[in-house]
Amino acid sequence: MGQAKRNVLLRLFASTLYLSTFTFGGGYVIVSLLKNKFVDQYHWIDEEEMLDLVAIAQSSPGAIAVNGAIVVGFKLAGLPGVLVSVLGAVLPPMVILSLISLCYSSFSANPYAAAMLGGMKAGVGAVIVSVVYDMGKTVADTGDRINILIMAAAFCAAYFLHVNVIWIILVTAAFGAIRAVLSVRKGEDA
Amino acid sequence: MICLQLFLSFLQIGAFSFGGGYAAMPLIEEQVITIHQWITADTFADLVTIAEMTPGPIAINAATFVGTQVAGTSGAIAATLGCILPSCVFVTLLAFLYTRFRGLSLLQKTLASLRPAVVAMIAKAGVTILISAFFVGGVISAEPAQINLRMICYFAVALLLLRRAKFHPILVMVLCGVCETLVCAATRLMG
Repeated sequence: MGQAKRNVLLRLFASTLYLSTFTFGGGYVIVSLLKNKFVDQYHWIDEEEMLDLVAIAQSSPGAIAVNGAIVVGFKLAGLPGVLVSVLGAVLPPMVILSLISLCYSSFSANPYAAAMLGGMKAGVGAVIVSVVYDMGKTVADTGDRINILIMAAAFCAAYFLHVNVIWIILVTAAFGAIRAVLSVRKGEDA
Repeated sequence: MICLQLFLSFLQIGAFSFGGGYAAMPLIEEQVITIHQWITADTFADLVTIAEMTPGPIAINAATFVGTQVAGTSGAIAATLGCILPSCVFVTLLAFLYTRFRGLSLLQKTLASLRPAVVAMIAKAGVTILISAFFVGGVISAEPAQINLRMICYFAVALLLLRRAKFHPILVMVLCGVCETLVCAATRLMG
């Protein structure tokens, strides 16, 4: 039993460490790779349960890659599983960014490196604009007027009125909770 | 003391970034530039660029980077711990409740209203990065000397490559970086 559990923890750590080191492209990619590994390859979690676990990872605050590692770790090995998989998910970016951070000041003082970073900044701006366009279009395409209004109001509050981001999230979440309760009630009446 | 401050700042970033990835960006911006002035808007734009180029979530990358800049390795560890603690508590609790009771619909409906607000705030942080790229010193100005036209061209071409030609984001960023490096080399040779 102890041996089996140790084996699961070891595989959890190895999987999250590996995925976190070699996955570019953000949390959604990591989550689908986690599913690949634990559902399709190891058969430790069934497909439907994995979908719900992914939903939990996406609905919670924080990085989706870390959250995905936590749900899988918890499901397979409880709290020790959580610790092991979080460690695996966090170690690679910590090591990489520590190294970069140490070299940053001498790196950005070099004119060629600074030019490289400067040019990439314009590129990253385009990437973000593209992401925002896709996300905004998804919201607009639902045709839900209230959602579109929330989007416009949140932007104005954050950009023009400099309202603290946390307040905007808290207020919107409270509003969303009221809407959710009301729509569930309505569903029951019908 | 500074480590405690880093821990608390990134605790807030970890606790309030719903929607993953870019959702953390406006919160990081607010904590590390506006409130604590740990890094400048230009360094923040560099940080987002670096985070895009490396594996790992942007919030963890930012925690390690800012922590190291402000207080060395212990700062990096304090900031990263703060960043992941809310996830550990919240996700574990939800996973536990889920294995007991199942059913997530109320939570998911609540989050459906939160999503448009998150999109809007990502847009806001994106504007900060664009301003840092387009204007010298990161301040909006109508003065031609303050506007970096070359960057606006890179941005337009990058957007076309992303949307029309479906290039990979990292490739697009590297192309922009290489172009600017070549321009830099050329002007130095001629000057």
